[in-house]
Amino acid sequence: MLEGLIGGLFNGISIGAVLLIVALGLAIVFGLMGVINLAHGELMMFGAYTTFVVQNVAKSMGGAAPDLYIFAALPLAFLVAALLGLLLERTVIRYLYGRPLETLLATWGVSLILIQFIRSVSLPMVIGLAIFAALFLVGRWVLTRYTDWERIRSWANPVFLGLSAAISVLAWILISNGTSAAFSRAWFSTRNVDVTPPSWLRGGISVGSTLQFPSARLFIIVLTALCLVAVYWFLNGTAWGLRIRSVTQNRGMSACLGIPTGQVDAITFALGSGLAGIAGCAVTLLGSVGPNLGANYIVDAFMVVVVGGVGKLVGSIVAALIIGVTSYLVGSGTMALLFPPAGFFQPVIDFFTFFATTSMAKVMVFALIIAFLQVRPAGLFPPKGRSVEL
Amino acid sequence: MTTVTTQPRRVAQASQKRKFMIEAIAVIAIALILILVMPMLLTGFRLNLLGRFLALAIVALGIDLIWGFTGLLSLGHGIFFALGGYAFAMYLELNTLGEGQLPEFFGLYGVTELPWFWQPFNSFPFTLLAIFTIPAIVAGLLGYLVFRNRIRGVYFSILTQAALVVFFNLFNGQQKLINGTNGLKTSTSVFMGQAVGSDGMRMFFYISTVIALVAMYALCRWLTSGRFGRMLVAIRDDENRVRFSGYDPTAFKVLVFAVSGAIAGIAGALYTVQSGIISPQFMDIAFSIEMVIWVAVGGRATLVGAILGAVLVNMARSLLSERFPDVWLFFQGALFLIVVTALPDGIIGWGRRQFGSMVSSALRLAPTDLPYLEDTDTTVVETVTETPEFAEK
Repeated sequence: MLEGLIGGLFNGISIGAVLLIVALGLAIVFGLMGVINLAHGELMMFGAYTTFVVQNVAKSMGGAAPDLYIFAALPLAFLVAALLGLLLERTVIRYLYGRPLETLLATWGVSLILIQFIRSVSLPMVIGLAIFAALFLVGRWVLTRYTDWERIRSWANPVFLGLSAAISVLAWILISNGTSAAFSRAWFSTRNVDVTPPSWLRGGISVGSTLQFPSARLFIIVLTALCLVAVYWFLNGTAWGLRIRSVTQNRGMSACLGIPTGQVDAITFALGSGLAGIAGCAVTLLGSVGPNLGANYIVDAFMVVVVGGVGKLVGSIVAALIIGVTSYLVGSGTMALLFPPAGFFQPVIDFFTFFATTSMAKVMVFALIIAFLQVRPAGLFPPKGRSVEL
Repeated sequence: MTTVTTQPRRVAQASQKRKFMIEAIAVIAIALILILVMPMLLTGFRLNLLGRFLALAIVALGIDLIWGFTGLLSLGHGIFFALGGYAFAMYLELNTLGEGQLPEFFGLYGVTELPWFWQPFNSFPFTLLAIFTIPAIVAGLLGYLVFRNRIRGVYFSILTQAALVVFFNLFNGQQKLINGTNGLKTSTSVFMGQAVGSDGMRMFFYISTVIALVAMYALCRWLTSGRFGRMLVAIRDDENRVRFSGYDPTAFKVLVFAVSGAIAGIAGALYTVQSGIISPQFMDIAFSIEMVIWVAVGGRATLVGAILGAVLVNMARSLLSERFPDVWLFFQGALFLIVVTALPDGIIGWGRRQFGSMVSSALRLAPTDLPYLEDTDTTVVETVTETPEFAEK
């Protein structure tokens, strides 16, 4: 009984750890900017694919590399996702501050583009992208340099964008039609790919006769803890962290005091995206990697943010653990075993058995979340204050 | 506020009346064209597609009602759409069978008795009622539990999305109750003595869709034009002020969300019979967000825009995804980005700004105000107050 309980608790915590590492970046970005990033799952997916690439490189290197690739993959996944996030913030989200619902839709659009990008990325496409970037950026630079840019920007920008997009799409199509199939092959295609975990993460640690802690899950728990410590240190121990906290508390006042809120937004968004990349790297240990990887995690991660409340890390931690443990206990049917069989408790047991699958557990957890929000509408640790808004 | 009030009252009233007449005539004319002319121009397949798009336009109307007018972004309208579809499909399943028989799939899972919630769907009047009341009740309940606590904005959007996932899991996992992933097929079912997939029935459902669309348009027009509509817009623009003025926004929001759910249910039923199947796929996350973008493309807070957007985007989808399946997602993603960043008030809003004065002067109408753009100033101000204020010490 005790071993079963510990095992259940461990599994719940490990589910919670995955949730937390996914939700961490979301919570920071949402707390600071009030922005819901629906592309977060796709940034995760980019982290996962980065891991896949790193692992293949490591495989080809041989030796000890295939066992150690994860230590290269983690920072790289962080970097790739953070750069992508930075790009996203600078080109799209920056223009939508103060319009959270529109931002939500725009990030959904970005997520669709990222999914299709992974599905169909190939050498000709990358060349096309490079041509686009070169044409657009160089062209704009030339224009700003040699013409009266302020006067013509209203029509020059869209015209230039359209023109360079058309040229690069044409180049993409021409290159992919004119070259061999091997050259224009899609890199990842739509099929799922598998990342083999390092050998030291494949087994598990056995305690007692029945308890078994899988190493991959332990690794994710440790990784989540490390990320938490790092984020905590960054927010509370560095100058930029101080600025981020100050903008989270009061954007207008921070701006008045000379804090560059634009830069703070960019850095925070990049940090949140980078954390998504690490989360993506972590979930490669649990299953295969596909273009739709993000969708599996994102809704649960949002629930963590909703339950945890905005602006405090501890809220997200507690919420992730509670949701993780609850969904495991309900989903695995442990709740049904807690009651003596037959007799008076039979309806209760039937009730819990009905919900004892992973997908049905989600139904129950959602009902519980809605019930919880009736008591604490602003989450576990709501911001204190007298504002009318939540 | 508008020029209407500065004109003499009688002129304004005459102009209002003129406007109403022109609109009514235009709506009826378009409906007649859809019913009488389109079947001659299009092949059966294309007409069926158009019928489906018009059914989707009905959902778009519902979404416009809550998003365009009330400012509630629901990402979970797939729930209500699918509930309406399931309600009708269940009736059709039972109607096809003789007395005492069970739908075929029950045999596969060893179910020998009709589950209790299937029983009432033997009756056609109950089904007709259920198609819109069940979604309305679900929407009303969810809305009440959420709005009661002043949860709004993106929180509301996320919660509706989570609710969508939950309903998807509920329907997807219950093989024994509603055939799970496979869904319910309606194309071979019998309705009023004919197969649902037959040509005659298809025509019947096409015409019903057009009529339903006109009816729903009239309903939404009526709801948004009077005092109720102004209240919705007020809630969208400044809910706190509405609250402080002594109104209870919760009741209005719950009501309008329930109406929107009911509209989606009707659309779902009409879509189901025209597409031949209802399955949990209708509760896919992507599908529900797409519904929102139809409204955004056409123009928020313009009912015509919602219809236009739904039909145009879906036409583009069926054209593009037939020829270049790879490009469609890129195109759709770009559509989201462009509409949100460059064209915030959609095709209709853009057209009104460009040609609005020309059209209204040609028809000798008083100029209209643009509902959505005007509040951009207030939203900017709002963001300053909306930043969470901490008082930790």
